[in-house]
Amino acid sequence: MILRLAIGSLLARALTVGMTVLAIALSVALFLGVEKLRSGARASFADTISGTDLIVGARSGSVQLLLYSVFRIGNATNNVTWETYQDIAARPEVDWIVPISLGDSHRQFRVMGTTQGFFAHYRYRSGRSLDIPDGHGLEDLYDAVIGADVAATLGYAVGDPIVVSHGLASFAAHDDQPFRVAGIIAKTGTPVDRTVIVSLEALEAIHVDWQGGAQMPGQSTPVEVIRTMDLTPSAITAALVGVESRLQIFGLQRWINQYPEEPLLAILPGVALGELWQIVGVAETALLGVSAMVVVTALLGMVAMIFSSLNERRREMAIWRAMGARPATILGLLVLEAMLMAAAGAVLGLAVVYLGLVVAQPWVDSAFGIWLPIELPAVRELWALAGVIGAGALASLLPALRAYRLSLADGMMVRT
Amino acid sequence: MPEPAVALTDIVFSWPGRAGLSLACPTFGMARGESVLLIGASGSGKSTLLSLVCGIVVADGGSVAVDGTDIGALRAGARDRFRAERIGVIFQQFNLLPYAHVSDNILLPLHFAPERRARAGDAGQAAARLCAELGLPRDILTTQAGRLSVGQQQRVAVARALIGAPPLIVADEPTSALDAATQDTFLDLLFRQTEAAGSSLLMVSHDERLGARFDRVVRIEDIVTTESRAA
Repeated sequence: MILRLAIGSLLARALTVGMTVLAIALSVALFLGVEKLRSGARASFADTISGTDLIVGARSGSVQLLLYSVFRIGNATNNVTWETYQDIAARPEVDWIVPISLGDSHRQFRVMGTTQGFFAHYRYRSGRSLDIPDGHGLEDLYDAVIGADVAATLGYAVGDPIVVSHGLASFAAHDDQPFRVAGIIAKTGTPVDRTVIVSLEALEAIHVDWQGGAQMPGQSTPVEVIRTMDLTPSAITAALVGVESRLQIFGLQRWINQYPEEPLLAILPGVALGELWQIVGVAETALLGVSAMVVVTALLGMVAMIFSSLNERRREMAIWRAMGARPATILGLLVLEAMLMAAAGAVLGLAVVYLGLVVAQPWVDSAFGIWLPIELPAVRELWALAGVIGAGALASLLPALRAYRLSLADGMMVRT
Repeated sequence: MPEPAVALTDIVFSWPGRAGLSLACPTFGMARGESVLLIGASGSGKSTLLSLVCGIVVADGGSVAVDGTDIGALRAGARDRFRAERIGVIFQQFNLLPYAHVSDNILLPLHFAPERRARAGDAGQAAARLCAELGLPRDILTTQAGRLSVGQQQRVAVARALIGAPPLIVADEPTSALDAATQDTFLDLLFRQTEAAGSSLLMVSHDERLGARFDRVVRIEDIVTTESRAA
């Protein structure tokens, strides 16, 4: 009955209560939205590369290796020789190995040399493989497969010519050996979107007449001759490795790290991604803090609303007292009302978040490559909602205690 | 001899922390079933006296006995429960929770008084019977109290005070918000129902013309001395 009366009392003040509930709902929606984006961004980040057990490169830092091999940020300080690559490939633990060669660029995008294996083994977002809806993969020597962002930014279609520049931000162009866009990879939300992929052999081919970073003057081997040459590279930048059994990862990692011929580094992508996220993730905590403050503000608004309603409700409190309600009952009534408002706000906020997810999910995915899964609220989120209701109850104790004192002082008469 | 309905002895009371009223009442009593009209102008301490009788405030000295129980000796919670069990209260106006249904308003005191609820029997039926006897329309129980006319609200307040037949009905100027014609009808109903329930009635008013209906008329200045500390 008390609950029914509390709800009735709230409904009777539908406008102010509604505004308060709306404020709480929006703040809760903001908080949960940020939390969803945060976990979505984190998951998408962690899903940048999956299915790869080890990344191997020249010895440097694990974050640095991850940055240049997966995110195409920064450069390798050193290369891995082809012999070493073959040594690793020959290990019995290795199921598959994909070489990566970086260093050249096309406009603002990196060019990556690799093999067909990259398309077969690169996985993102829990096991999705690259999809080429437009065109085909690497078939001819001068085929280039480009990421969705490359195609969108530069307006490329299948069949367009591409000239690769030597190095990054360089004026030296490999314009004697243009590539052809063979395929465009569907949007992945990973650095692949911003990559031009060619074959390892092609990278060798365009550097046939080059030495020490410059084209040798007067030399220009015709394309027909190049096609007949042995284009096995002498070195690669890094390699992605899949093992036969996950149990062998650490053994192979140790073997690579202790490889005597040259200093190597093998990292577990998940671990390195975690390390990198710790660097990137400071901002997310700040964002979460700000949205938590918004929730606190909304709850303070509710407390202010209860305070301002106390005076006009003194008569009502006197009725309760006269009917035999204890001052504690009145305190409980006000706290109950606050909890109902906070709960209504929390539920409404949750609904707003899910509605927003349904509307924005495809857009966020295509625009930012962040996949926001629509699933039941996580335990963590439910706790956050319970926290909002609890904080609302706690905050309402202030006006409730005032009502308690007023109802003691007023007795049955209210001096209005 | 049965216990009196109300017995005040050597009451001394002053509002805490308020530069207002302090009040002394050497003796005042009401027999069971008696109806008493307490006449006094506003500010004469009538409402304070009612608060004392209802146990909403506690006297600094002396004793307040209602239905044989010294309510000053009860703990605060027990006093609130006692009020719910034994006393029906009718205010001047704004008696009801405007957002609640009439039935919830009538049943509200029973929520705090299990014995009174037991006395009332089927509470819903009792409320409906009281409403019918007070001349209220049949469908009023499911109406929001805030939509009723003042006269209807006062009658609902009577129904609420009388449900479960508490031994004492306390009414604080219940007719002052009503016009002359409805006043008479209201008092007729109030008396009839109070007698039917066998309750005592203590009513406060400044209107001496009402006196004829009561067993006894008491002027507040004859039983209470007040002083204002602030003056």
